[in-house]
Parts: sequence; structure tokens; C-alpha cells
Amino acid sequence: MEKSTHQNRTARIKGKLEPYFYLLPTVALMALLLFVPIFLVISYSFYDNVIINDNPVWVGFENYATVLGDAIFVKSMKNTAIFVVLNVIFHLLIGMGFALMVNAKSLGPRPKAFFRIIYMLPWMFNATVIAILWKLLLNGSGVINYLLTTFHITEIPLEWLSDRSAALWVLTFINIWAGYPFYMISTLAGLQGIPDSLYESASIDGANGLQKFWHITLPQLRPILISIAMLDFIWTTQNFSLIWLLTAGGPAHATEMMSTYVYKTAFQSYQYSLASAAAVIILIACVILAIFYVRSQTRNDE
Amino acid sequence: MKTKRSFKILLWVGLILGALFSGLPVLWLFSSSFKSNPNIFAIPPKFIDESFNVQAYISVLTDPQKLRFFLNSYAIAAVVVCCTLIVAILAAYSFSRFNFPGKKIINTIIISMQAVPPITLLIPYLVLIVGLQIYDTYLALILTYMVFTLPYAILMMSGYMNTMPKELDEAVMIDGGSRFMALWRVLVPSAVPGMVSVGLYTFFQCWNEYLFALTLTKTNEMRTVPIGIASMMGQYAFHWNEIMAMSILGSLPVIVIVLFFQKYFIAGMTAGAVKM
Repeated sequence: MEKSTHQNRTARIKGKLEPYFYLLPTVALMALLLFVPIFLVISYSFYDNVIINDNPVWVGFENYATVLGDAIFVKSMKNTAIFVVLNVIFHLLIGMGFALMVNAKSLGPRPKAFFRIIYMLPWMFNATVIAILWKLLLNGSGVINYLLTTFHITEIPLEWLSDRSAALWVLTFINIWAGYPFYMISTLAGLQGIPDSLYESASIDGANGLQKFWHITLPQLRPILISIAMLDFIWTTQNFSLIWLLTAGGPAHATEMMSTYVYKTAFQSYQYSLASAAAVIILIACVILAIFYVRSQTRNDE
Repeated sequence: MKTKRSFKILLWVGLILGALFSGLPVLWLFSSSFKSNPNIFAIPPKFIDESFNVQAYISVLTDPQKLRFFLNSYAIAAVVVCCTLIVAILAAYSFSRFNFPGKKIINTIIISMQAVPPITLLIPYLVLIVGLQIYDTYLALILTYMVFTLPYAILMMSGYMNTMPKELDEAVMIDGGSRFMALWRVLVPSAVPGMVSVGLYTFFQCWNEYLFALTLTKTNEMRTVPIGIASMMGQYAFHWNEIMAMSILGSLPVIVIVLFFQKYFIAGMTAGAVKM
């Protein structure tokens, strides 16, 4: 009797601890390699000369004041904002446009599968490959300049990525090209989830194609479009690789982004404290975006 | 009838313009990899010119240094896929089959970790990785990629397990099996499609990662394919055809995944945005 209650109790305690046991590897990894680094980078941002200096000095918000007072950082924030907003808008438009075309009723299954694969192509290549491919295409003697000069759209070949007034727009264009497939695929999945009966009853009521799109397709896709747009906001704000490989923030900071600013400040100027402050500013921006994202997700759940 | 016909024409014009937009640059990538280097910028440009050859591929595949990049990338991705899957399945099991204090908050923290920008973590990572004395090793990249892929993998796996009836594991436990047995013998085998999606997603992320591979490794013995491709831009006097051949070889696994495992890949990539 005694023994069995004892056994019951240990079994109960064990049962209560069991879910935590399964979470242990996750929590341990995330604690070591997410929470500790976040804590470290925040603390670095309040000290002077961290990492290089053995005894860094607490300077409060001084690093933040320096970074936010740096014209280049302000410019990088402006560039990031332009880059992100244009990317999200065009990803959405192109991704949704392609999805609607591929999903058109009059398209047979074979052309449908064919165009879906073609439209997914940019997704199959990583930032390094995309950067090198566009460097080849946009080269002074490359095929794009050949076409532009042959058809007299421009008279002389342009160095698209080293032109101060063009570089940011070219970079944005390339990232739009690289990123829309995710929208297209998500929109396609969403389109397949819209019940046919909605369209049928609308047809009975005499609605035309545009009305059906406006009153059925768009409202039904809304939750998906909002959540991918928010993910895209977060991801594009963090983008580093493609920008680094194409322009590295140049020429003359014309394409400087918050991410390239952090990288240069840390690993080229070795000003880790300032870089940490800038990195924390990006973190704050992304956390704000993430709060909106999590809210919209939990609202969908309810 | 007439509007239907013109709609169809418009649709095909749109489809073809879209295909040119996404397909032409990729076609040029392939075509350039089969040219000899002096012909890369030949005028007028041709998709297939008289210099058509596979020399660029041979040079890449016979260069031990470049093969090492591939080996590194495959090895790291394979280990990360396995480890992330194991850790994510355990965590997903906990979220999907138990109710416990703190469940909601832990779940929310894991989800929100996806928003932490890698660039923010870069500086402290370097300090930690050097401190752990694993700088310039496989382990540094394996741990990093696990942490980056875990939140999404857990989210996807618990979503998948939630769709599986609890009667499945209860049947095992009635027969006297432990919970762990239920997970291992029943849930895991029936969760294979979900695991394939998570695995492909994880592979995709590891294979393409650039920033941490650049920062946490320094010797060519440890560097991965993206860094290898990028470094060809610097050190060579632009052997464009070889760079393009290396790019294609470096994209091959993802191309194969998209072509042959499209369903699983798409399910894996879009789970965050689209409710399954």
C-alpha cells in the first residue's frame, strides 16, 4: 500500500516533468545560441570598446546616440525602408498575379504545371548565385546593355550596379525577382483552399470575373497575404547576403542598408560597440514587426 | 464569347511575359556555363554559340578545392537535417500531446525567435564560437544552423502531429508501452510526410546560408559552396563560365528537390504563412 502510493507519486511527478524533458534539447540550444547572444549584443551596445578592450566602460546610450547621429546610418535606414517597402509591394503584386494566371480555369493541367515550375525558378538559386548571375547580365558588355544599346534605349552601356543613382533601384529589382516565388506558391495554396461553391453562387447572382475577384478571391486570400507580407517585411529588413554580394552597400553608401552598416562597422572598422547598437536597432524593428505577425497568427487560430 | 476569347489571349500573353521575366535570366545562367570564357560577352549574344563545351564543369569537378566545398556543404546539411528533425520531433511531441504550465509562453517564445535577425546575432556569435573553441569547424555551423531552423521545424512538426489522432499513441500505452515507445513506434512512422517537408526546408536553409558560413569559418577546408562561389568572383580574373558551372552544380540539390519533391517542399516552405 505504502509502496504503491509512493510509486504513484513518483510516476505522477515523472508524468508532470515529462513534457519538459522532451523540450530540454530545444531549450538548451536556444538558450545557449539565442538568448545568450541576444543578451550579449544588448550589453555590448551599452559599453565602449567591447571585445577589443579587456575592461570596457559603461557608457549608457552613448553608442545609440552616435549611431543615430551618423548620417550614413540614417541613410541606411532610409535605404532599408525604400528597399523593404518596394520589395513587399512588388513581391505581392507579381506573386499574386502569377498565381492567379497559373490558377486560371481555362489553363490545362500541363501548361499549369509547366508555368508553375518556370515561375518558381528564381527560388532554386541562393543569394550568391543570384548575385553572380545578375552581375553577368548587368555587366558593361553584358547582354542587358547589349539589348539596351542595340534598341537605342540607352546610347552607351551603363554600369548599373556602380551608378550612384541607379544602384538602389537595380538592387531592389533583383531582390524582387529573387523573392516573389514564395508569394506565388503561398497564394496558390490559398487559392486552392477557396471553396468552388462560393464562385458558383456568385455566378448564379450574375457576378463577373472582376467582381468575383474583388468580393471572393481577395477577401479569402487576405489572411494569407497579410501573414506572408509580414514575414517578408521581417526577412527583407534582415537581408544581407544579396546586397553584400552585389554592391556591398556602395557606391558611396548609395545602397547601404542597416545590415551592411552593422557588418562593416563590426568587421571592417572593428567598432563592435557601435555595431552592436546598430544591430539592436534592427532587432527592435524586427521585434515590432514580429509582434504584429504573431498577433495576426493567433487571431487566425481563434 | 468574345470576351472569353480575348481573356484567353490576354492570359497567354501574361503567362509568356511572366515566363520570360523569371526564365530568361536562368536560361542565360545555363547557357553561359557551356561557353568558353572568351565567348561569354561575344557580340551578338547567343544562347548556344559555336564554343559549346562542358570544359567549365570538368574544371570545377576536377578541382579538389571545389569538391571540398561541396563535401562540406553536404556534410553540414546532412547532419543539421538529422539533428534538427530529432530535436524538433521531441519538442513537437511535447507541445502536441501534453498540457503543462508554461506551454503557451514557451511556444510563443519559440515562434518569435524566427524574427531575430541573423545580423544581430553575428557579433556575439563570433565571441561565443571562439569562446567555445569551435571557430572554423563543422560544429560551429551545425549548431548555428540548428538554432536557425529549429523554431520553424518545431512549428511545422507540432502542426503535423496535431492532425494525428491521440488514439494512435493511446493504443500503444494501453498495451503497456511507454510514451516514448508511442512516439517512436507509432507517431514517427506516420509523421514521415511532415518530416520530409521539415527536412527539405532545413536542407534548403543550410545549403543557401552565406553570412555565418562567411564569418564563422576562415580556412578553405571548412568553407561551404556559397562562400566558394563568392570567392571565385574575387580571386580569379573572372572565369565566368566556371563560376556559372559551379553555380549550377551548387544549385543542383535544390533544383532536384523542387522538381521531384515539389509537394513536400512547398508544404514545408509555406507552412508558416498558410494554415495546413
